[in-house]
Amino acid sequence: MIAGKAQGQLKIKARRSMPSFVEGLLYLLPSILLFSVFLFYPMLKTIYLSFFLTDAQGNAELFVGLEHYSNLLQSTAFRTSMKATLLFVLYTVPAGIILALFLALLANQKLKGIGFFRTIFSSTMGMSVAASSVIWLFMYNPAIGLGNMMMKTFGMSEMQWLLSPDTALISVAISTIWMNTGFSFMILLGGLHNIDSHLYESGKIAGVSDFYTLRKITLPLLSPTLLFIVTVSLINSFQTFGQIDILTKGGPMESTNVIVYSIYKDAFVNFNIGSASAQAVLLFAFILIVTILQFKWGEKRVHYQ
Amino acid sequence: MSIWKKSFLYMLLSVAAFIMFFPILYAFLISFMQGGEVLQGKIIPSDFSFTNYESAVQKVPLLRYLWNSFVVSTLIMVGQVLFCCLAAFAFTFIQFKGRNVLFLIFISTMMIPWEATMVPNFQTVRALGWTDTYLGLSVPFFAMAFGTFLLRQQFKTIPMEMYEATQVAGVNRFQFLFKVVLPVSKTSLVTLAIYCFLSAWNMYLWPLLVTNDERMRTVQIGLKQMQSQELATEWGVVMAGVVMVILPTLILLFLGQKRLQEGLTRGAVK
Repeated sequence: MIAGKAQGQLKIKARRSMPSFVEGLLYLLPSILLFSVFLFYPMLKTIYLSFFLTDAQGNAELFVGLEHYSNLLQSTAFRTSMKATLLFVLYTVPAGIILALFLALLANQKLKGIGFFRTIFSSTMGMSVAASSVIWLFMYNPAIGLGNMMMKTFGMSEMQWLLSPDTALISVAISTIWMNTGFSFMILLGGLHNIDSHLYESGKIAGVSDFYTLRKITLPLLSPTLLFIVTVSLINSFQTFGQIDILTKGGPMESTNVIVYSIYKDAFVNFNIGSASAQAVLLFAFILIVTILQFKWGEKRVHYQ
Repeated sequence: MSIWKKSFLYMLLSVAAFIMFFPILYAFLISFMQGGEVLQGKIIPSDFSFTNYESAVQKVPLLRYLWNSFVVSTLIMVGQVLFCCLAAFAFTFIQFKGRNVLFLIFISTMMIPWEATMVPNFQTVRALGWTDTYLGLSVPFFAMAFGTFLLRQQFKTIPMEMYEATQVAGVNRFQFLFKVVLPVSKTSLVTLAIYCFLSAWNMYLWPLLVTNDERMRTVQIGLKQMQSQELATEWGVVMAGVVMVILPTLILLFLGQKRLQEGLTRGAVK
């Protein structure tokens, strides 16, 4: 009996004194395991594959060094794709954030029924890329879509929207801005809520204008949130895929063949996996640079409360 | 606030709300129109009959797609919340060597774009025999740095004394997590769960890659198929499909909007 009890106590003690290193790792193990299998390993494998010619299944067959990279940099198709990606980022990120900021400032007023407007403004967050794209595809239909109906109403000439290489990318960009507004709005409104209301009151007492308040109080204090949403928007923009697949399939004349779509096509349609991997590595590099730049820039310019 | 300023604000709000919500409203209206009406470019349907909804369900296995999406999203949500809880708990309440390094590694995962890893991931899932399965659609997404980060911020607000007190009372760490930490963090958990469900429901590229079988497709891929098959002839039916796909997430968003906004901002900034 006594021996058994002592043994029991010993067991408890042994369990208690499990080294915290092991215990910590146990909690982290599920995440670490998945990150290893589905993130770190495939990232390394992608880098590895970018140096090889592969068969259609993606098995490395012939080491070609940096050939995929040099081919990419020389190919006009890739240059077109890069240009489309950068233009797309340029079209969507600044405009999207300014729109979301405008809506957030508007919805941050203390008015009756403001909850309703907040819900409406954030509604696109519940819209999937596929559903949104189908709706916009219809709106851009040259014959029966709303786009040309509005052009007619305002006495402007009809447009080809997604069907012309000149306007396709910007049309996709407009629909993307709409899709992303809900999320950016929600984050920015949350950021505005966190600003100490005393600051506004002292501004009011000092009798400064609304614009002055915005420039000197709101925006500086909102800068951490703004920085976050700029980073997220940039990264998202580089990763655009769904709307391209439904709206344009990269066309017309490759004008909307942004990088992720190009990777997808090379890997899963043309089975040129080496080249797709090289593009994926370049995408990774882009995003890494953007994130690092944001951090550097952010440390200098962002105000924390 | 003067009455002028107030009315001006309400006007701005209404115009902005109308423009932002219009595409959704438009899809809703079109979903009740017959072919002829759509081609005439009408905005308001002549009557609200559900025939388009019936044909949408009959022409493609939309209900099956909805079910698949529901299962996959729920799996991802549960997996992510669970894994994030465990990881965030370790990062907050367990002191051990190498913790900071591991945390940095977690953060660094946010810099790897998922699309850059999709080819090897596709190969892995195929090698595991997971194509056209719920496992293949959900398991690769269970670990999430953003969620871990979000929950860690929440867990850090729990005083360390509380932890020490329970230790004296002989409660082990695992019990502490389930009996104290999780109940206290309910709001953050719900936020994270809504966010996970929404993102999973809206996934597009991965389901496109790993499903070939009609019966395993998720709703987003179903929409794409529907649109490419029915294009130009039956927009009313396509829009009925769209409405059925967006309704669950829109309702979820409307119910959880306030909570989501507070929770996400906390994770984003602090």
